[in-house]
Amino acid sequence: MERVIAKGAEADLVLREWNGLKALSKIRRPKGYRHPELDSRLRRSRTKAEADSIHRAKLSGVPTPLLYHVDPDNAVIVMEYIDGVKVRDAVDGLTDEERRELFTRIGGYAGRLHGAGIIHGDLTTSNILKQGDRLVFIDFGLAEVSTEVEKRGVDLNLMNRMLTSTHYRHQEELLAAFVEGYRETLGAEAEEALTRMEEVAKRGRYIEKN
Amino acid sequence: MIALGVESTADNLGIGIVSSGKKVLANIIDVHIPEKGGIHPREAARHHSDEMGNAVRRALDTAGVSVDEIDIIAFAQGPGLGPCLRTGATSARALAAYLGKPLVGVNHCVAHVEVGRMATGAEDPLTLYVSGGNTIVSGYESGRYRIFGETLDIAVGNCLDSFAREAGLEYPGGPDIERKAAAGKNLIPLPYTVKGMDLSYSGLLTAITVELHSGRHTIEDLCYSIQETAYAMLGEVTERALAHTGKPELLLTGGVAANKRLAGIVRDIAGEHGAEPHVVPIRLAADNGAMIAWTGLIAYQAGHVTPLDASHVNPSWRMDQVEIPWRE
Repeated sequence: MERVIAKGAEADLVLREWNGLKALSKIRRPKGYRHPELDSRLRRSRTKAEADSIHRAKLSGVPTPLLYHVDPDNAVIVMEYIDGVKVRDAVDGLTDEERRELFTRIGGYAGRLHGAGIIHGDLTTSNILKQGDRLVFIDFGLAEVSTEVEKRGVDLNLMNRMLTSTHYRHQEELLAAFVEGYRETLGAEAEEALTRMEEVAKRGRYIEKN
Repeated sequence: MIALGVESTADNLGIGIVSSGKKVLANIIDVHIPEKGGIHPREAARHHSDEMGNAVRRALDTAGVSVDEIDIIAFAQGPGLGPCLRTGATSARALAAYLGKPLVGVNHCVAHVEVGRMATGAEDPLTLYVSGGNTIVSGYESGRYRIFGETLDIAVGNCLDSFAREAGLEYPGGPDIERKAAAGKNLIPLPYTVKGMDLSYSGLLTAITVELHSGRHTIEDLCYSIQETAYAMLGEVTERALAHTGKPELLLTGGVAANKRLAGIVRDIAGEHGAEPHVVPIRLAADNGAMIAWTGLIAYQAGHVTPLDASHVNPSWRMDQVEIPWRE
């Protein structure tokens, strides 16, 4: 039983079984237009980096899918299949109270990631799954290890942009809740990153600069 | 309707004459080749100013039209090198004022996209625009050409040209690098820097320069390696943007579009995503006046003119700041 559930530019996601468990394979297929040596070098290093970030995140206390198997040579990661909904799609069905609580938790996890030196790289509500009360951070394909303020600011700006574009009805309260959680877990370093988030947003291309 | 276009954003002085029937009547390109080093903006501007009269005369002769038959004067208003832009703008203003014709300022990057659409028949492509000064992945979305990805530092053509100069190859670097790369065998590991849909070439240039001076590699392997690495990066961001936008066509335009390896990559990616590939013809790939004339013409037909007091050049004019009324 194998079924392709998503075909991205970067990788295919295949639903499968792994020793009796429901699992997901993330497969970075070879790119025919790339030199074979360069192609295998990139697919190999990105597979390792992603698995490494998923693991590091877990160590910092942020829930991520369990890794079942990592195969850098074939650029495949087999991991736990999370049967949840994207936070993006769950937001509108919640009460005000639940929504605030949810985003304080998300902010708290983001602070833990940054505190552990992990930049997610695609920190949006599409990449956080809600499985009952459990939150799981997914898709570390663009993640990197860094404690630079700039990279933290860019990460936070991705989340803020998502709130502005997709969750615009609740943008202000959700951002406030997110920031509260972020401050709680990251502590003193949070202020610099949050200031940078605002600066990064102003660099955008269609922003009125008043 | 007939438009005359003045292109002078960098080292090419171009005068093009184009009719509203998409006919390129003349496309004169006079390249300034520096005695040594890269483009010196003031020297390039002096070249353009010295050759302007000749180029305009040759364009009119080639097209077989008299100045009275020209309906509008278009010019590249930016982005580009300030002194070079000003030379072109001054000439265009003078021509327009003397002949009593409307003046139309054109964005150089938009012109590369529009001439690609004109020449290939592409209607709504995702566009990879690559040249000595620009590296941009863009697509039309509600009134503007949105930029999905771009270089964070130097352009891919700049990277290739600088390497070619350092290695003593011919200028511009692209064609000579491509010839030598054909005989390359070994891929030297080099920095491959892609950040989402953006890319960076400064680290690649530094690394290939170090490898060049190390004396450990043949020039063929060096050319092969810089080309494979630089173009694979373009392939990746283009593929990501194509998947993201779901555009039905993929257009390759700009001076680097003349490279066959890159054109092959673009065709592969288009095929993979069910998009139709288009590559701008060589004579319209490098900076030229025909693309400025054509874009000025369609902008004018959509009601756009540039009054004299708004005709100052803008060396850092982004293509996504331009309204595109002719595509609504």
